[in-house]
Amino acid sequence: MIENRPILTVFTHIIMILGVALIALPIWITFVAASHDEIRMLQAPIPMLPGSHFVENFKQALFGAGLSGDQTPVWRMLLNSLAMALMISFGKISISLISAFAIVYFKFPFRMGFFWMIFITLMLPVEVRILPTFEVVANLGMLNSYWGLSIPLIASATATFMFRQVFLTIPDEMLESARIDGAGPMRFFWDILLPLSRTNIAALFVILFIFGWNQYLWPLLITTDTDMTTIVMSIKQMLESAEQSPQWNIIMMTALLAMLPPILVVVGMQKLFVQGLTETDK
Amino acid sequence: MLKRVHFPSSPLPYLLVAPQIIITLVFFMWPASQALYQSLLVEDAFGLSTEFVWFENFTYLASDSHYLDAFWRTAIFSFLVAFMSMSVALILAGFADRVIKGATVYRTLLIWPYAVAPVLAGALWVFMFNPTLGIFPYLLDMIGVNWNHYLNGTQAMGLVIAAAAWKQVAYNFLFYLAAMQSIPRGVIEAAAIDGAGPVKRFTTIIIPLVSPTTFFLLVINLVYAFFETFGIIHVVTQGGPAASTTILVYKVFNDGFVGLDLGGSAAQSVVLMVIVIVMTMVQFKYVEKKVEY
Amino acid sequence: MAEIKLDNLIKAYGKVEVLHHIEGDIHDGEFIVIVGPSGCGKSTLLRMVAGLETITSGTISIGGKVVNKLEPADRDIAMVFQNYALYPHMTVYENMAYGLKIRKIPKDEIKRRVEEAADILEIREYLDRRPRQLSGGQRQRVAMGRAIVREPSVFLFDEPLSNLDAKLRVQMRLEIRKLQKRLGVTSIYVTHDQVEAMTLGDRLMVLNGGYVEQFGTPIELYQKPASLFVAGFIGSPSMNFMDADISNGVATLANGAKLKLSSKFNGPATLGIRPEHLVADDKGAIKVTVDMLEQLGANTLVHGILDGTQTSFVVSLDGIQVAETGSNQTFYAEKDSFHLFDKETGKRIVE
Repeated sequence: MIENRPILTVFTHIIMILGVALIALPIWITFVAASHDEIRMLQAPIPMLPGSHFVENFKQALFGAGLSGDQTPVWRMLLNSLAMALMISFGKISISLISAFAIVYFKFPFRMGFFWMIFITLMLPVEVRILPTFEVVANLGMLNSYWGLSIPLIASATATFMFRQVFLTIPDEMLESARIDGAGPMRFFWDILLPLSRTNIAALFVILFIFGWNQYLWPLLITTDTDMTTIVMSIKQMLESAEQSPQWNIIMMTALLAMLPPILVVVGMQKLFVQGLTETDK
Repeated sequence: MLKRVHFPSSPLPYLLVAPQIIITLVFFMWPASQALYQSLLVEDAFGLSTEFVWFENFTYLASDSHYLDAFWRTAIFSFLVAFMSMSVALILAGFADRVIKGATVYRTLLIWPYAVAPVLAGALWVFMFNPTLGIFPYLLDMIGVNWNHYLNGTQAMGLVIAAAAWKQVAYNFLFYLAAMQSIPRGVIEAAAIDGAGPVKRFTTIIIPLVSPTTFFLLVINLVYAFFETFGIIHVVTQGGPAASTTILVYKVFNDGFVGLDLGGSAAQSVVLMVIVIVMTMVQFKYVEKKVEY
Repeated sequence: MAEIKLDNLIKAYGKVEVLHHIEGDIHDGEFIVIVGPSGCGKSTLLRMVAGLETITSGTISIGGKVVNKLEPADRDIAMVFQNYALYPHMTVYENMAYGLKIRKIPKDEIKRRVEEAADILEIREYLDRRPRQLSGGQRQRVAMGRAIVREPSVFLFDEPLSNLDAKLRVQMRLEIRKLQKRLGVTSIYVTHDQVEAMTLGDRLMVLNGGYVEQFGTPIELYQKPASLFVAGFIGSPSMNFMDADISNGVATLANGAKLKLSSKFNGPATLGIRPEHLVADDKGAIKVTVDMLEQLGANTLVHGILDGTQTSFVVSLDGIQVAETGSNQTFYAEKDSFHLFDKETGKRIVE
C-alpha cells in the first residue's frame, strides 16, 4: 500500500469485513438454522445466533431416516456422493493423463484427429445432449449405478489439455536421458512423468472433486432408486417435503453436511485449489 | 505441440487414448449426433410414429413466443449474473489487494462459496427468502415491501440472480486478485507519484490493466449462467412463477423430460450447442491473445 | 571399449538434407570433438550416434556392430546433456542408479559403482540431495557420474559446459579431459567453442552447413586448415584474408603490395595470414591503417584496414605496443606462414 494513512487502512478492513459478511451470510444462516430445534425454526423471525441443538440435529440428520420414512439415511447419501466424486476425479485424471501422454510422446496416425475429438467434448456439456445421453446410459443398463453416475462424465478436454501443457514443459532431454537409461514408455510414465506432474495432479484433483461432488442434473436423471441418491440431490427432495413437514433444522443440517466436504477441500488445500483453478480454466 | 523425440511406434498410444476416445464417442459424439437427428423429426403424441420434417422444429422454435421469451430472459439473466458477481468481486479484490496483513485470511473466508453446489446455493437463498420464515422477507416487510417470490415473477428472477451471482463471486475474486497482484508495483507507484489517489489509481490504472481478466471472466460467467445454474432454478423456482424464471437450459430439461416433446427438446439442444460452440471459440481466441502479452 | 565408424551418413528432414555424406573413423579410446557454428548439424550428428535421431541413410557402427536399428539403451553409450537432464524428483544417488536399476543390476553392485563414481567426481557428500539443491558445477558432475556408472563403451557429450560460468568451464574442461584419459573410454564431444575443442580433442571434426570441413588433430587444423572456413574458425583472433594474384612465388595484393611466398602456385587466390604470425617491421610489405588497439597485457591486438583496400586486418603483437589511431603501420611475415586458398571453392591449395 502506498498511502500510509491509518484511516484508509481501517476503511479497507471495514469493506473487506462487510464483503466477507455478505458472502458468508447464507452459510452462517444455514449453520444457525441447523443448531436450533424444530419448533424454534417455525417462528418468524428465525434466529440469527446459534442454538444448542447442533449435535442432536447432526445425529438425527446423519443417522435418522431423514424427513419421511422411505428416505435413505444421509450417511448413505454422503457415501454415494463420495463414491461419485472420487470416481469422477480419479477417472478424469487417469484417462486424461494417459491420453495426454500418448498425444505428446508418440507420433502415430490420427494423433491430431484424436486430439480434436477430445477437444470437441468441451463444446458438448451434458445440458445440450441430455435426452440422447440418458438413452445411451439406459441402453447400457447403467441407470442406478455408480458406473452410470461417473463414467459418462469422465471424458475431459480441459484435464487433457492441462496435462499436455505440463508434459510440454518437461524438457525433451528428460525423455532422451530416460531412453538412454533404458526406460520403456510405461516405465518413463511411472518413474518420471507421474512424479513430475504430482502437484498438477493434486491441484486438478481438488477442482475435480468439487466438480464431481456438486453434480446435480446428471444424478437427477439417472438415479431413480433412492439408495443411489446423492446428498446434493436430496436437498431438492427435502425442500419439497418441507411444504408438508417443515423440519428446517434437519434440512439445513443436511445442507451443511452436503457443503462441508467440498468446503473442507477448498479451504484445506487452498494453494492447490487456486493453482488448479488458474491452470485448468485457460 | 509435440516432442522432438518420440517413443518408437507401437500399438501402445492407441491403447492409451482408447478410454478417453471410447467415452467421447459413446457418451458425447453419438448422443450429440442423435440430438441433431432428432431435431429434424416430429413424433406423434403416443410415440408410435415419427416423421422427418427437416427444419420444422427450428422454424417452430423461432416463432414460438415462449421460446423467444426464454431466450431473452436467459440473456438478461446471464448478463445480470455476470455483471453482479464480477463487480462485487472486482471491488473486493481491489480492497484485498491493498491489505498487507491478513490478505490470505480474507481470501480463505471469501472463496468457500465456490465449493457450494449451485442447487445448495439455491436452497440457502430460498431459505433466507422464505416468505413466511426467511429473514429477508421479515426485514423487507418492515420497510413495507411484500416479498413472495412464489407469486411475484420479478422477485423470483431477482432471487435466482442473487443466488447465482453469490456463488460465482468467489471464483471471480480469485482471478481478479491474481491479476491485480501481477501488476508490477512500479506502475502503481508511478501513478501515485503522478498524483493519483487510491480511487483514481483503481479506476484509471488497475481496472484497465485487468481488462483481459475481465473479458475472460465475462465469457466464463456467461457460460456458467447459461448452463450451470440449472440446479438453482430447479430448486428455487422450478422455472416459475408462470415461466418467469425459465431459462433455456431449464426449458430443454422441462420440455424433454417432463413434456416429452422429443423433437422440440432436441432442436433446443442444438441451439444450445451452437451457443456453447460460439462461446468456446471466443474463449479460445482470447487465450491466443493472452499468449501475446 | 569400442571404435566408432560413421559411413556415408545422411540426415534429412523431409526433403531438406541437413547432414551430407559424413565419414569418419574414431579409434578406441579416442576423444573426438565435433565443432562448428550453431546450426551446422553437430548436435544432430551426436544424437544420431546416441540413437535419438533416426538415420536417413548410411551406417553407424560401434565396436564393429551396426547400431542403426538399435534403441539408445542398447547401444552401450552414455550421454551428458547440455542442461544435464537430471531427474528433478530423484536424489543424486537415485539419478545415477536409475539406468542400472532398469538393467536389473544387483543392488550392491549398483551401490559400489555409484559410490566409486561419486568418489572420482568428489560428489559423495551430495548423494542424498536433489538436483535443485546443487550448484551448476555440482549438477554437471552428477550428469557425468550418471554416465560413468553405466560403464559404457562410448561417452557422448552435448555441449556439457555451456551452462557454466567462464571460470568453472575452464576447470571442468580439464577435469573431463583427465577423466577421459583415466577411463580410456571412446568419447565424442560436441561444442561450438573452438578453444574448448582445441584443448579437449585428440582429433577435431569441423562441421559447417552439414559438411565435414576437416577431420584432424588440433595442430593439423591450425597449421594446415583445409578450407577458408576452418582457417577462419580455428584460432583466435581469426586469420586475415586478402585477395591476391600469385605468380612465380610472389603475391600481388589489391593495393599493389608484393609478398614473397614459398608456393609454386600461379593465378588468383585468397591469401591467409594469422595475426600472431605478423611482426612489426618498417620494411614490411603489409601496410595497415590503424583503427583501434586492444591491450591484453601479454599481447596487443592491432585492428585496422589493409591500406588502399576495404579489407579489415588484425595483427597480434607481443607485449604492450603503442600506435596512433589513423597512423599507418607496416608488418612482415615469414613466407612459410602464408596459407593459400582457392578463390572459387575456398579449399586449401596444395601443390
